[in-house]
Parts: sequence; C-alpha cells; structure tokens
Amino acid sequence: MKRLIIAAVAFAALACSAEQSKDGNDSAAGASRSGSVDLTGAGATFPYPLYSKWFADYANQTGVRINYQSIGSGGGIRQLSEGTVDFGASDSPMNDEDIAKAKGRVLHVPTVLGAVAVTYNIPGLSAPIKLTGELLGELFAGKIAKWNDPRIAAINPGVALPASDILVVHRSDGSGTTFVFTDYLTNASRSWAAGPGRGKEIAWPVGLGGKGNEGVAGQVKQTPGAVGYVELAYAKQNRLPFAAIRNRAGNFVLPSPDGMTAAAAAVAEKLPANTDYRLSIVNAEGAQAYPISSFTWILLYEQQADAAKAKKLVDFLRWALTEGEKQASTLDYAPLPATMATQLLARLDAIKVGTAQ
Amino acid sequence: MTDAAAPTRETDPLGVSPVAAAMKASLHGDRIYHVLTTAFAAAVPLLLLLIAISIGLAAWPALSLAGLSFITASEWDVAAGQFGAAPAIYGTLVSSAIALVLATPLALGVSIFLSEIAPKWLRQPVGFLVDLLAAIPSVVYGLWGIFVLIPLMRDPVGPFLRETLGLAKTPMFSGPNYGYSMLAAGVILAIMILPFISAVTREVLLAVPRSQREAALALGATRWEMIRDAVLPFARSGIIGGIILGLGRALGETMAVTMLIGNRPEISASLFAPGYTMASLIANEFSEATSDMHLSALMAVGAVLFVVTLIVNAIARWLVWRVTKGAR
Repeated sequence: MKRLIIAAVAFAALACSAEQSKDGNDSAAGASRSGSVDLTGAGATFPYPLYSKWFADYANQTGVRINYQSIGSGGGIRQLSEGTVDFGASDSPMNDEDIAKAKGRVLHVPTVLGAVAVTYNIPGLSAPIKLTGELLGELFAGKIAKWNDPRIAAINPGVALPASDILVVHRSDGSGTTFVFTDYLTNASRSWAAGPGRGKEIAWPVGLGGKGNEGVAGQVKQTPGAVGYVELAYAKQNRLPFAAIRNRAGNFVLPSPDGMTAAAAAVAEKLPANTDYRLSIVNAEGAQAYPISSFTWILLYEQQADAAKAKKLVDFLRWALTEGEKQASTLDYAPLPATMATQLLARLDAIKVGTAQ
Repeated sequence: MTDAAAPTRETDPLGVSPVAAAMKASLHGDRIYHVLTTAFAAAVPLLLLLIAISIGLAAWPALSLAGLSFITASEWDVAAGQFGAAPAIYGTLVSSAIALVLATPLALGVSIFLSEIAPKWLRQPVGFLVDLLAAIPSVVYGLWGIFVLIPLMRDPVGPFLRETLGLAKTPMFSGPNYGYSMLAAGVILAIMILPFISAVTREVLLAVPRSQREAALALGATRWEMIRDAVLPFARSGIIGGIILGLGRALGETMAVTMLIGNRPEISASLFAPGYTMASLIANEFSEATSDMHLSALMAVGAVLFVVTLIVNAIARWLVWRVTKGAR
C-alpha cells in the first residue's frame, strides 16, 4: 500500500509540475540568461507571435539573438523593475505606481497596434451585428437582458434578432485585452465609467469568466446568446464572428489593421514632441478608426548600464520600427502610422549609457 | 568524517584486531547514515516551515489591511483595493465536497469489484486503466470538460436533475444553467481524484488477510455480508487515508477547475451557478498582478488555502484516529 501511495504522490507531483512551471516566471528568465543569448526580454503574450518572428528574422540577418519569455504584461513590468531582463513588453502602459517602482526612467516604445473584437453567438445571424459604445456598456453590465432589446434593434434595422438571453463572457485572468476593452467602455459609455471602470482585471457586474482568449472564445462558441471580447488576431484566426462598432465619427467599423492604424494616426497627429507614449487610442477620431484599438509597447530604461547591450537593443528597435513594421499586418497586427515611427526613431537617441539616476 | 576516523586508528593503544577495526568503521558508517537521514528528514518540515513563513510575510500587508474581512467579505475588486476571498474559499470547499461525494462511492465500488469480485485476469488491466486516469494532465481534463462535459451538463444532466428528479424547486439546482458551474468543476474533480482513492483502497482491500474472509464465510456469511462485515471494517483506516489523498488533490487542483467553473467570485446556493476557487484565483491573476497590494492579496489567498488544507487534513486525521479506535 505504501508503495502505491508513493506512486500516487509521484503522479500528482508530475501533474502539478506542468502547472507550476508556468508560474515560475522569475526562474525562467533567470535561466535563459546563460548561453549565447545577447538580449533577454519578458512580457506581453499578445504580440508574442509577431515578436518571435521578429527575433528569428533579426537573428538570421544580424546574428543578434534575443530571448523573449511571454509571461504576461504584468510579469514583464515586474521583471523590468527588478532588472532581471534587458527589456519588458506590455499591452498597457505602466501606471504611475509601476513607474515609481522602476529603477530609472522607462521609455515606452510602441511597436505595433492590436485591436479587441467583440464576438458573439447569435444563431441565424448572417451579417455582423452593429453595436455602439453605450450599448456595449449596458450589455456588459447586464442592463440589457435580451438580444431583441429595442435599443439593439434600433441600430440593426431589418435584422431578425432572437429573443434569447444575453450571456456575458469576460476574461478571468488579468489581461491587457481586458484593459483595452474596459478602457474603451469607460471612454465610450457613461454608465460604465460610473460603474466598473478600467483595469487588467475588474469586478465584472455579470457573466462568466474564461481563461485566456481560448477560454472566452470556447464559452461564446458553445453558448447561444453569448457575447465576449477577444484579441482580433485570435478572432480572425479562429473565424469567430465579430461586431461592427460605431466609432466617434458615427461610422460602424469592423476591426481591421487599417482601422487600427487610422485610430493611431488620429492620435499621433496631435502628439506633443515630448510625449511619453503612454497613449490610449480607444474611441479615437477619424472616419475609419476602429474604436477598440491599442498600442503594444516595449519598455526599456533610458539609462542603460551596459553599453554593448544598449547598442544591440537600440539597433534592434530601429530595425523593428522600420523593417519589422512591414510584417505586422501579415499576422493581423497593424503597423504604426509612418509619422509616429519616424518620431520614435529620433527618440531612441535619448537612450544613454551610464548608471541609473 | 575522515578527521574523526584517522586519529582513532593511529592512536589506538591496545592494537585492536582487524575485526574490531572493521566494526568501528561500520559504526562510523552508521553514524554518518544516522546524521544524513536525520538531515533529510528535518529538511522536509523545515522546507514546509520556510514556505509557510515566506507566504505569511508576503501575505501580511493584505491581511493586515483587510483584517478578518479577507475571509468573510465577498467583494474582490482589484482596482478598488477590496480583497474579500470568501467566494473563493467557499468554492474550493464546495467543489471539493462535490468531488468527494461523487468519487468516493465510485472508487469504493471499483476497488471492491477488483479485489473481491473480478476474476484474476481482469484485475490487472482494469486496475491499470483506472490508475491511468491519474496520468492525464489536468489541462487535458479541462479541454475535455469544455468540449464534452459542459455540453452534457447543459443537456441532459441539467434537465435530468431538475425535471426528471424534480429538484428544480430546491435552491441547489435553481437559476440558469450555462454548463460552466460549480457542479461541472465538482464532476471533473471527482474524475481526477477517483484513481487516487481507488488505487489506495484497492491495495488496502487486497491486504486484508484471507483468514478474515474465510472466517466470515465459515460463519455462513454471504459474499456481500463478508465484504461488508469483515473486509471493509478491517480496511477502514486505509480507505479513509485514500479519501484524504483525493481530497488534498481536489483542494489544490487549478487548471481543469479554472477552465470549467466559470470564474465568478460570488457565493450562490445553486450548483448550476458559476463559482471560483482559491487556486483558480491565484492562477488567473498572478501573472498580471503588478501592484504590491494585489500581489500580497494573492499571497494571502495562498496562505488561506494552505491553512484550509491543513485544517481539512487535521479533521481527516482525527477521523482516521476515531475510526481505528472504534475498530478495536
């Protein structure tokens, strides 16, 4: 019997270790510093497909190898603050508390744009449903109970909406996607701004929580009447239906790389020269702007300790902002507006070598 | 250790025989062995203590801020700095309880069948298959749950419980049934802990002496009476040990539960309602937590889970103690 208990415990340990390794963020990045890796970074999962392509291409062209751990934006910010990585990556800008904890001035470098799509499961609906920010605020707060609510019907004339209950599905894990979506709701819906507000994880008034894009998409797919939000790249690659959202100019826009770049361009035009690039571009102006768009950032210290590493990092960022941008839309991300990329290239000159502070 | 051994051999005034020297050497070996095993044995509790201390220290800011409301309040709002873990504590206990209620009779049935009733050639393969359930990674259970179990929970399990069994009016089975629920989490946990309980129980039943069985049969007991009155009481403490092992696994299980429970921090009487567990809460929020208080609150959840597990284990040990005492 003892032998069996030991075997059972060993089984359990095996089963657990798979999960724990996911949480062992700090050790993972530490271990990766050995070997012939030139730069290490950690952070957002959202741009990871593009970043890994960038790092592979860049290594082929220049021989500079970059190790990137996609452990989540929060982890990226933490590790940058602790100085265990050369750069961090995040889907939401660092807040003032994060900045106060960092070991020096952090430069936010927007790399590409992403969007959040509102996906739904309404049987029998062929064309994309149209929604507005105010309506989304009510929907996700549980204040609209059925799909054939007159307020939804009013902006979807001629569409046969079912009388089924609406089930809200949101992310249960902390996520930049949630931040962008709730940032939009806070911006576009007065009732949402007064209620739950924005954050990577918020207290949702109603609904089910799914872990990751796949968790939300799975629950929406399986439940008639469900509505949720996922990254556009995920929605496109999995052929999920998504809603056309009314932008500030009054047009209903489906999410697309052009729509995201248009949203960024509208904001970039008015950018002061000394901006810190902690920009929100939700609900942006511009006739074709898709309103639930966001930058994703690479974070690095303006004062770099190691001259060789600093040069490699800046060289890579220059490459990313020029050559790298061209690859963005093939993976359902959007490139930065050209004026902004130029401005950023100039800003990279501000990176200095020397000890912090 | 060589320092200790060298002088003895050289300064031995009586010129000890080779045999005695060898005995002395082996005595040193014994001592080394003694020290080493003691060190290993001490390392485990020490590690446990260190884990407890470091979790406690990390959790202290949140615990001292929220006080007792950390375990009684049910508002979990990171932005507002409100950390009430009651729904997660409730969810952990309830989902584990459902799992035990479902898995224990099943595991007992499988074990009794395999040890008492099944022909010998069937024992090994069936036992192996049941044990194999323990080797499936928990994320695979979660995926299976999403694609198979959840649709089944919606139909036919939901309607069966409500209409066929007429339980719709009871608060336990009221409200909308989306599939993602406390009940779904309990069912998946039951499947996951089944092999642990049944493996231990099977071995315990097989260890019951033949004489015990033969005595019962000789007294005219039927096979069922023999199992009920002679075999099961003899194996009682071992069976409870197996159940404790399963319970421990159920309390800490993370991935599969997170994928099926609906992740809603609310206490609801209905088993069809979504819920939350402590392990899921940590897994969901840790990777994106940056503020000190949020991290500390998650550590505090870990500390509470630690304490809850200790309490549940203590109760279970007490039960074993009671049961074995009663058996004598």
